Amino acid sequence: MVEIALPKNSRVQKGIIHKSDKKCEKPRTLKIYRWDPEDPANPRMDTYEIDAADCGPMLLDALIKIKNEIDPTLTFRRSCREGICGSCAMNIDGQNTLACTKGLDETKGKITVRPLPHMPVIKDLVPDLTNLYAQYQSIEPWLKTDTPQPQSEWKQSREDREKLDGLYECILCACCSTSCPSYWWNSDKYLGPAVLLQAYRWLIDSRDEATGERLDDLEDPFRVYRCHTIMNCAKACPKGLSPAKAISEIKKMMVTREV
Amino acid sequence: MSEMRTPLSRVRGLGSAKKGTEHFWLQRVTALANIPLAVFFVSAMVAHAGADYVTVTAFLSRPIVALVMLLLIISMVWHMRLGLQVVIEDYIHGHMAKLLALILNTFFALAVGTSSVLAILKLTLA
Repeated sequence: MVEIALPKNSRVQKGIIHKSDKKCEKPRTLKIYRWDPEDPANPRMDTYEIDAADCGPMLLDALIKIKNEIDPTLTFRRSCREGICGSCAMNIDGQNTLACTKGLDETKGKITVRPLPHMPVIKDLVPDLTNLYAQYQSIEPWLKTDTPQPQSEWKQSREDREKLDGLYECILCACCSTSCPSYWWNSDKYLGPAVLLQAYRWLIDSRDEATGERLDDLEDPFRVYRCHTIMNCAKACPKGLSPAKAISEIKKMMVTREV
Repeated sequence: MSEMRTPLSRVRGLGSAKKGTEHFWLQRVTALANIPLAVFFVSAMVAHAGADYVTVTAFLSRPIVALVMLLLIISMVWHMRLGLQVVIEDYIHGHMAKLLALILNTFFALAVGTSSVLAILKLTLA
């Protein structure tokens, strides 16, 4: 059933305030979700004051600055710092996005930073995406063929290649899936926008010979049909893709082979 | 212990149900049918606003009106059952509670549908 009250240990407390000891030229305040699995205390929102004049332009730069200069225990994932690895996906001012492509100047006032919503938290801003990765594995995201391997590459026309545009750019950062209410309520069975966009990427690939089997595996009231075109996924995607459109294309394929 | 299952095994679960598209399609088809039927029903009711009992029953007992009313009832109730089923599946997670809600949903739709059909038949065949 729907849980009305939150479990006791998920009540977020007021946290520690880290005031800047120097005079800031461009002061910015960040409120950051903190939780440590080794500490029995409840999660809390810590406040950090930084000087944006002495910091890189992106939110990720601010987080790195805090970790380097104020609080080395602050934990978050990051790698490429240019929006291609998807590691630093988090909820910034209520919107799932990549910290490395979110400019500090795009935000106003206090910046609130939380981990991706509705995922188990490993520590601070690091969510546990095990289920999402297993779901990705379950759609078998690789080329499946029965025709013997050609001497050279598998050929694809220019038009067929263009069908992968808007799909191949997905970096699996999970911003979309974790913004989707249907995924929040039913992530045990619903594959969610990120994985379904990837599923469509293989369904529409002209070189793949397992389209029917792929559709068979998706044909399920929960795996695909929990999508109610809420569109949060398309709004959240930091790469400007539309998982919602990919899902509706999957539904179209399903209907086409049946009706 | 279920925690010792691999994440992939948990995700694959009992496999795909190999259905869902028909439900999705019928929900759209009944929605499409509901548009003209609902327009007819609402405009007929607006046209008869303030009319007395005899006038309204006479209107509803005309064969063509009764026919459209029967279509409206069937399409609406069918659509309601499909829609409520989705809501139940979305929000009720306990297996027994979900099963019970789905059965009650079907019973409710049948009760509403048959009693409405009966009312129209009684008017038009009387």
